[in-house]
Amino acid sequence: MTQATAQHAPSAGASLVIEHLRKEYVRGKAVLKDISLTVEGRSTTAIIGPSGTGKSTLLRCINRLIEPTAGRIMLGGVDLCALRGSDLRAMRRRIGMVFQEFNLVERLSVMENVLCGRLGYISPMRAWLRKFPAEDISRAYDLLDLVGLSDFAQARADELSGGQRQRVGIARAVMQQPDILLADEPTSSLDPKTSVEIMELLNEVANRNNIPVLVNIHDVSLGRRFADRVVGMSKGLVVFDGDPADLANDHLKEIYGGEDWLK
Amino acid sequence: MSDSPMKRPAPFRPNYWARSGYLLVVLYCIWAAQSLEISFDRVIAGMDNAQRFLGAMVPPNFARWQLLINNLLETLQIAIISSAFGVLISLPIGLMAARNLMPDWLTWPSRGFIAICRSFHPVIFAILFVKAVGFGPLAGILTLIFASIGFIGKLFAEAIEEISLKPVEAMRAAGAPFPSVLIFAVLPQVLNRFIGFATYQTDANLRNSTMIGIVGAGGIGGTLAAAFQRYDYDFVSAILICIIALVMVSELLAQRVKGVFR
Amino acid sequence: MNVADREWVRFTRAERYARFTVFLCVGVLLAWSFRTVQVIPEFLMDAPHQVSDLFQRMWPVDFGFYYEGVHASLVETLHIATLGTLLTLVLALPVGVMAARNVCRAPALNWLATFILVSSRSVNSLVWAMLFVAMFGPGTLAGVITIAVRSIGFVGKLFGEALEEAHSGPVEAMRAAGAPWVSIFLKAYWPQVSPAFWSIALFRWDINVRESSVIGLVGAGGIGVALDTALNLFQWTRVSLVLVCIFAVVVLAEVLVTQIRKRII
Repeated sequence: MTQATAQHAPSAGASLVIEHLRKEYVRGKAVLKDISLTVEGRSTTAIIGPSGTGKSTLLRCINRLIEPTAGRIMLGGVDLCALRGSDLRAMRRRIGMVFQEFNLVERLSVMENVLCGRLGYISPMRAWLRKFPAEDISRAYDLLDLVGLSDFAQARADELSGGQRQRVGIARAVMQQPDILLADEPTSSLDPKTSVEIMELLNEVANRNNIPVLVNIHDVSLGRRFADRVVGMSKGLVVFDGDPADLANDHLKEIYGGEDWLK
Repeated sequence: MSDSPMKRPAPFRPNYWARSGYLLVVLYCIWAAQSLEISFDRVIAGMDNAQRFLGAMVPPNFARWQLLINNLLETLQIAIISSAFGVLISLPIGLMAARNLMPDWLTWPSRGFIAICRSFHPVIFAILFVKAVGFGPLAGILTLIFASIGFIGKLFAEAIEEISLKPVEAMRAAGAPFPSVLIFAVLPQVLNRFIGFATYQTDANLRNSTMIGIVGAGGIGGTLAAAFQRYDYDFVSAILICIIALVMVSELLAQRVKGVFR
Repeated sequence: MNVADREWVRFTRAERYARFTVFLCVGVLLAWSFRTVQVIPEFLMDAPHQVSDLFQRMWPVDFGFYYEGVHASLVETLHIATLGTLLTLVLALPVGVMAARNVCRAPALNWLATFILVSSRSVNSLVWAMLFVAMFGPGTLAGVITIAVRSIGFVGKLFGEALEEAHSGPVEAMRAAGAPWVSIFLKAYWPQVSPAFWSIALFRWDINVRESSVIGLVGAGGIGVALDTALNLFQWTRVSLVLVCIFAVVVLAEVLVTQIRKRII
């Protein structure tokens, strides 16, 4: 194992604490009503729930891509909601995000896409001249080895398959050397076999870096298989929070409603 | 059960909308021609005159080739300088006019400025600038800079508004500062089209620089206007040939440059 | 693992040389232009003052003059633009067909068509206007012909390109059935390209409105004549009136074109 991907102890208090998070897109109609959650240590948490229940909103509130209406979000003791400007950006560097539709820059090479993870650490001028520090480049190559894409470093992102693109997305997120990984439905655009591979990869990188992972997932069996903890959301509230083994049909009925799909 | 064959609808029904459309067009032409006092006799008389005119133009007279070359060079200079500055300025202005990236207080004035630059023919700008900074190539350069902003700025802003915002979201989530987001997430998606617009406009600037001289803004247009006034039609045809040749060469070069940057 | 051999470069060596050459050429051209162009620095310094002086004289806009001097010319301008565009559609159609290498297989005709298209585009509308004013005398006839000739290049080129991109399937089918060339054109090519043709025509009409507004400066009719008069007599408030009218007409034309685009095409 090279220096770059060696285990690193989580920085003091790399725990994520969400207190009474509320988000209203339209006044009076809250998508997230009252969410409280604590995530810490090396764990994989799967968030399940029907479409429209606010799973994506919750994840995007954490790194403030969406502004919360009320509540507190603390990462390592720092209140994210109170930050702005370069402080907010510094905090975002500590949160790595993987997207459902990969969100890569199609025309750039895989290498450039992975290096995008470091954009929060270098100045715009160096970004324009593509002058990344040598150790960043070395780490990028190591990450590409880890996700199995070393042969594709110079390929354009739009030449890759869906599964390969998501691997690049994961490598990009890990390049940030984050304290926590957020994954917003990372497998929804992928076929079943690739979905399993991606979930395995997520767990592997999280283990190597000893960081928690928060995954939105709509495939319940996938979530149960790969997560240490399941959080079920319904109508903007947390209705289940515990071990995957404890997730019974009654709970699923409450979360998703309707019985037919359970048979 | 009827014995007569089934009545089937006619396969080619007359398109009454199209026919009335064409009729309207013809009626319009007659009406407009009348109000413009264009009658057949005038056209015939004109053809007659045209024949004599074309006769005077051939063969083209290159006797004053030094004057020709000097003015062509000036035309080139105007085109080059105005294109360089025009392209450079259009990049940030186009960016500022993109409604999906920038706030309203920035996009409205930018789009308004671009609209003004675009709505007026370059010759109008040329006249105004000649009044403002005097005769000569400076007026021409300023004219074409504004014309470039009008063209490139609008198309560039539209191109930016069509991009996928997903990479932008990803860079923001990674904590990248706004300029870096532009460089890595926005520009790669639009740079090719920007270069296309820039080369097209450079070409257009060359064409325009050949005529703004007519109102005194430098370049070969002035020589051309003078030749017309002196009825030196053979010199006129020489100048026209040079203009066409110049434009064709620049078009070829532009193709090459685009190939390098693809 | 040695950090040194994990190098990453964005462009290959050949690409870098090519890009460098282009930048170098541009730089040299720019430097040469700066050194040889005859710009008097004093005039440049004085420019902002002159521009503000000009704007002061152009304000307030003399709207009172509109009906007397400008309205008729404005209508004339629109007629010139429309008639010119219609005329060019008639002329550019055959030229565009001749230029499309898949429709017209005679290289001589292709070459001739391309030559016509290039000349039409290379020479500016003002220059064409001067030419036709010398031939047909000042007035709107010269204006209409100017617009028509100038637009042939634009319409013909785009139309030719649309023809070259048409599917050859229906063409093959008709040729196999023994149809004559005209029929093939009407029934195989035309249905495919007619939306593009009308779209191009609309686009060009929009541009022609703008062009028609200035060719009057050299005597080819339209509102340019009013502009020329006002400029020569230094009647700046009337100049600004004309400019406002031109702006309004151009914007209206564009709105009209956008609406038609949305509904019909």
